Amino acid sequence: MADLNVGVVVFPGSNCDHDTEYAVASFPGVRPVMLWHNEHDLKGCDAIILPGGFSYGDYLRCGSIARFSPIMREVIDFAGQGRPVLGICNGFQVLVESGLLEGALIRNAGRKFICRQSTISVVNNSTIFTGRYEKGEVLRVPVAHGEGNYYASTETIDSLESNGQVVFRYTDADGNATAEANFNGSLNSIAGIVNRQGNVLGLMPHPERASEERLGSGDGRRLFESLFAHLAGA
Amino acid sequence: MAFKAKIRVTLRPSILDVQGKASQHALENLGYSSVSSVRIGKYMEVIIDEQSSADAERVATEICQKLLSNPVMEDFTFELDPVN
Repeated sequence: MADLNVGVVVFPGSNCDHDTEYAVASFPGVRPVMLWHNEHDLKGCDAIILPGGFSYGDYLRCGSIARFSPIMREVIDFAGQGRPVLGICNGFQVLVESGLLEGALIRNAGRKFICRQSTISVVNNSTIFTGRYEKGEVLRVPVAHGEGNYYASTETIDSLESNGQVVFRYTDADGNATAEANFNGSLNSIAGIVNRQGNVLGLMPHPERASEERLGSGDGRRLFESLFAHLAGA
Repeated sequence: MAFKAKIRVTLRPSILDVQGKASQHALENLGYSSVSSVRIGKYMEVIIDEQSSADAERVATEICQKLLSNPVMEDFTFELDPVN
């Protein structure tokens, strides 16, 4: 794979930054670059990942304070240029708070923090993040969140659905979007969405924690692989 | 001049408030069967140094819109009081 630099933003309270660094570094020719929240420079990175965790202690609302950290100004510009930004879990919350993605992530319907293996289906495999998956493929990817319940207005949900912006849905192992599989109460069982331009993806499940079989599942690996292959022009 | 903005941020009525619902169930268990709904929001006190109450009101509105509430899921109201 070609020479790529992938920025991993570190906010105070990020806790999946090193897991993400590990997953990124496992691809030959791809270098993770850790970017501290106070920096003003993306250091020539080809893609940016906002990792999971509890940035700024989840104060006020999850992701709301991180959204105004200096590095986010650069990330918003970078996304505006059509360059790839991936937000995982708390990173997804930062993306909705910053307006790069629509909607909001509210308290899980069952009130509990949920940490478990989840099954999600690939709804759209024509994004730069999902090209190496089959459409309808069911993946095993862990979740760990208290506020992962995707909410948006009916108009927004309709437009996300009709524009193919819903990328992942919580389903059972057979790919059915049952109420039981939608453990956090997300509208339309939404687990991950892209922006209209297709260069910003946010998802609650953790692909970096499913980046090789010995972690319990290797199903998340192809998300990174899809993105890196796209960037390398492969 | 300084003004104290007493800001209330509440979940929009269309959003299920799971914290409020859990609290209502607890009150029900305590015997308060007449409590039919609880909704939990946030209360914030913000001191704003501005020349006039109109300026303070503009600042309070802006900070509510930009940071203190999320318009996708929350509504806000505030009162302004002059402080000495």
